[in-house]
Amino acid sequence: MLERLKKIQLKKGGFISFGIILIAWETSSHFVPPYLIPDLSTLLDKFLEVLTSWKLMRHVFITVLRVIIALTISFVFGATLSILMGFVRKSEDYILPVLHFVMGVPALSWVVMAIIWFPNIESRILFILVACCFPNYTLEMYDGIKGIQKDLMDMLQSFRPTRLQLFSKLILPSIVPAILTSWKINVGYATRVAMVAELVGATTGVGFQLLSSQEMFDMPGAIAWTLMLIVFLLISQFSLEKAERYLLRYRPSTN
Amino acid sequence: MEKKIIVVDNVKKIYKIGRKQDFVVADGLSFQVSKGEVVCIVGKTGCGKSTCFNMLLGIEPTTEGTIRIEGRDPYKDFNYFQTKIGAIFQTDRLLPWRSSLENAVIGLELVEKSKEAREEIALKWLHRLGLEGFEEVYPYQLSGGMRQRVGMARAFTVNPDILLADEAFGHLDQVTSNQLREIFLELIKETGKTCLVVTHDIREAIEIGNRIIVLGKPCRNLLDEKIPEFSSEKEKGEYEERIFSVIDRGEV
Repeated sequence: MLERLKKIQLKKGGFISFGIILIAWETSSHFVPPYLIPDLSTLLDKFLEVLTSWKLMRHVFITVLRVIIALTISFVFGATLSILMGFVRKSEDYILPVLHFVMGVPALSWVVMAIIWFPNIESRILFILVACCFPNYTLEMYDGIKGIQKDLMDMLQSFRPTRLQLFSKLILPSIVPAILTSWKINVGYATRVAMVAELVGATTGVGFQLLSSQEMFDMPGAIAWTLMLIVFLLISQFSLEKAERYLLRYRPSTN
Repeated sequence: MEKKIIVVDNVKKIYKIGRKQDFVVADGLSFQVSKGEVVCIVGKTGCGKSTCFNMLLGIEPTTEGTIRIEGRDPYKDFNYFQTKIGAIFQTDRLLPWRSSLENAVIGLELVEKSKEAREEIALKWLHRLGLEGFEEVYPYQLSGGMRQRVGMARAFTVNPDILLADEAFGHLDQVTSNQLREIFLELIKETGKTCLVVTHDIREAIEIGNRIIVLGKPCRNLLDEKIPEFSSEKEKGEYEERIFSVIDRGEV
């Protein structure tokens, strides 16, 4: 009951905050030219226009698809590296320094390199996204592997498992929380990076639409496309939280 | 002549600390265990009992000397001992994402027994250990004593020939510890398993074991003898005191 009350209060707080922002926005729109701050009804119209037109929604799906493909490749690559470091102790000495170096490269530098190296637009976007996201997966999962308790390892070893059994019965379930965290971090990060990647040369995607809106001085368009991305992020986070609640149901509730 | 199942011969164990420093955990450890014997190993905290336990389990190698179980090296012939050696640890070491039943069956899962067969065996042991109705709950929902019971069920489920227990009741409150010790005694008598119990509790060693091995520091045997039958509590108390003084002085 108390928990439910807290949730309602939290929602109420959110509504009030957003309400204030919307009122301030609407008020400002009456004093500032519409190309700077358009009124709320124009924004809503534009948002609905994007939402109901397949021609426009196609761009959202293209961006989402690019993000999902890049995250999947980054995850597989990152998981392979983390498992390699977890199983072959020496490999850590070789992989970790490179990983830290790669993590230090700004997203914009990857963009420049991608433009020079890849003539194909899709390859450019994929390269930028994978280069930015795979180190997060690798490090999160490697931390998860390192955090496996030696006690549990010894317990399972006492039953003489094969390497595959050790992986499936202990290592994989142990790093599920790390995998979920890495996905939660990377979905938001990849979406933001995808925008930057799509600004250079892409003719489809939300990033391209944002660039077009900027060129056309179309503020309602820019906000509508941004809102689309926020909706995508909220849906992804919600799905990941649902998955987390199911996969980590063995943990005592902190409430 | 009794068949010696476990033969530990002049074992030395050294851990490297840093580049130049060595830490000698065991030096000159030797003892033998016959089939069906229940041997208790006692010693001060930090004398290397658990290292000895890990070497017997085959998880750690010896630096010098040999350990032979059924004539084989448990470290080198690691896979040979699958389901032959069972272990009960100091803490329950349950996998938190598995229910009691799933934890109890893990040893059998590795030998690829059918799901029905392994669950039937695990359920039998869980029920025998008083966990009826708790098969589907996760470790965090169980008390410390119950978790240790699941740990015991997990060890018995694979039906090992040799059972190793490392301070299995040491971290529990006295009532729970006594209860579990009684159940454990019943089970090893019933199954006739060869058993090696590592403990720091002299009274526990006297109650459980046929033989007692007192370890000094670094891990070496100071005393290795049959535990006598006691006609009175006074006699038992005197024996306890004698063992205590051996442990305390580090010599016989």
